[in-house]
Amino acid sequence: MKRRVVITGLGVAAPNAIGIDKFEKALRNGVSGIKFHQVLKDLNFSCQIGGKPPVNQEIVDQYFTPLQQKGLNSSGLLYGVIAGVDAWKDAMLPVSSEEGPDWNSGIIFGTGILGVDKFREAIHLIDAGKTRRLGSTSVIQTMASGISAYLGGMLGCGNQVTTNSSACTTGTEAIIMGYDRILSGKAERMLVGSCSDDGPYVWGGFDAMRILPGNYNNNPEAASRPMSATATGFVPGSGAGALVLESLESALARGAIIYAEVLGGAVNSGGQRSGGSMTAANNDAVQRCITDALNSSGIEPNKIDYINGHLTATTRDATEIKNWTTALGRSGKDFPIINSLKGMTGHCLSASGSIESVATILQIKNQFVFENMNCEDTHAEIAGLISPQSIPKQTIETEINIAAKASFGFGDVNAVTIFKRYNN
Amino acid sequence: MTNQDIIAKIKTIVTPYTQRREGLLEFNESTNFLNDLEINSANLVDVVLDVEDEFDIEIDNNSMEGMMTVGDARDIILKKLNT
Repeated sequence: MKRRVVITGLGVAAPNAIGIDKFEKALRNGVSGIKFHQVLKDLNFSCQIGGKPPVNQEIVDQYFTPLQQKGLNSSGLLYGVIAGVDAWKDAMLPVSSEEGPDWNSGIIFGTGILGVDKFREAIHLIDAGKTRRLGSTSVIQTMASGISAYLGGMLGCGNQVTTNSSACTTGTEAIIMGYDRILSGKAERMLVGSCSDDGPYVWGGFDAMRILPGNYNNNPEAASRPMSATATGFVPGSGAGALVLESLESALARGAIIYAEVLGGAVNSGGQRSGGSMTAANNDAVQRCITDALNSSGIEPNKIDYINGHLTATTRDATEIKNWTTALGRSGKDFPIINSLKGMTGHCLSASGSIESVATILQIKNQFVFENMNCEDTHAEIAGLISPQSIPKQTIETEINIAAKASFGFGDVNAVTIFKRYNN
Repeated sequence: MTNQDIIAKIKTIVTPYTQRREGLLEFNESTNFLNDLEINSANLVDVVLDVEDEFDIEIDNNSMEGMMTVGDARDIILKKLNT
């Protein structure tokens, strides 16, 4: 019999809130985490706004020892540790003792790039001929797997501990990878998630591509406008999201609180063919990924109650909606409810899939759908495809039994997961 | 700077890296960084950098290799301060 995989812990460090309780409040109340950043203006960025989790020293002290804080200059690592440790504690899982690790618990925690600010520090020292001044902290904060390595040591996980990377699909992909590992019987518990660095050295490349909005610097909270007629690009964000995935047997045996079930998922690539490119999705691949995710879950398209879209606030939003209507064979009033977290947080890049999955799970658990922020002027092409009722402008209480979460990324890569409400 | 001053400053520097806190109670020139204080060997390079900053000296790789105890560190510091 196929093993069942459930979610027993959540953690999040998002631009609009840190911690699950605060995050759910922020979702319900439509709280924006987008702010103006003087440093971006000073550096002549076109887009001078972005989303950063509101971390302060008090929070840092809760997760890092004074020694770990020495020379700590890696924002993604910081957010990833907060979310990952929180998810583990939320699942009420113990930290392994010094005697040995928990061989049945692993970590797949992705990132796009790690420790950019730390790397910049190193580059300046190296170019000045002072390589020896780097000390011991440069490598561990800038290796991509630094985030899974830090979490692995803090929690004492003895199963696979690794970092995946697939641009903006990273977080959703990590969930599917962890799910597969439990499904195949190779692990009982997997901490999965992703993080993203922030600041000018991460966001600069996107600014140069002119895909960020430059006309909302005086009105940051209105800038991120998924599915809106006046969307002019995605607002860069950052942060981390984390989920504890667990075999149903393990969760039941230890009496864990179950948030929801992972029914299945799919990842694929459009091969940068048939209209796909390094930066644009092959629509056939997107539709196929949705269909494959449904098939792997044993779910008919008409069972989907809610979709958490990728929907970044670019001209591609209408294309995404078109792909959903085609893949599900549902449109107009028959289309599921859909929303995008990016209206509140911006596009958290490699962290987006995991942060948005945490938001999806919270909505399933507590039976609500958060508002689509800044979408009062729905894009005409989208309005022509699906009913206004499918795009709530206010937070609503509604029944969600099955939800789909999609993420698409540079490199023409896709990931879709299907979550189901868990009834005790 | 007296011998005791230097040892006191070394103690302050290594305290955050020390994993075996008891080692700090009987801190003297024979205290071994790895065995008595259980400092992670990767952190020894950070201890050296902190010593360099505190005393405004430079400790080359060869000198660092012989720096196993508090006494070794004091000797290297004294030597560098007097050259």
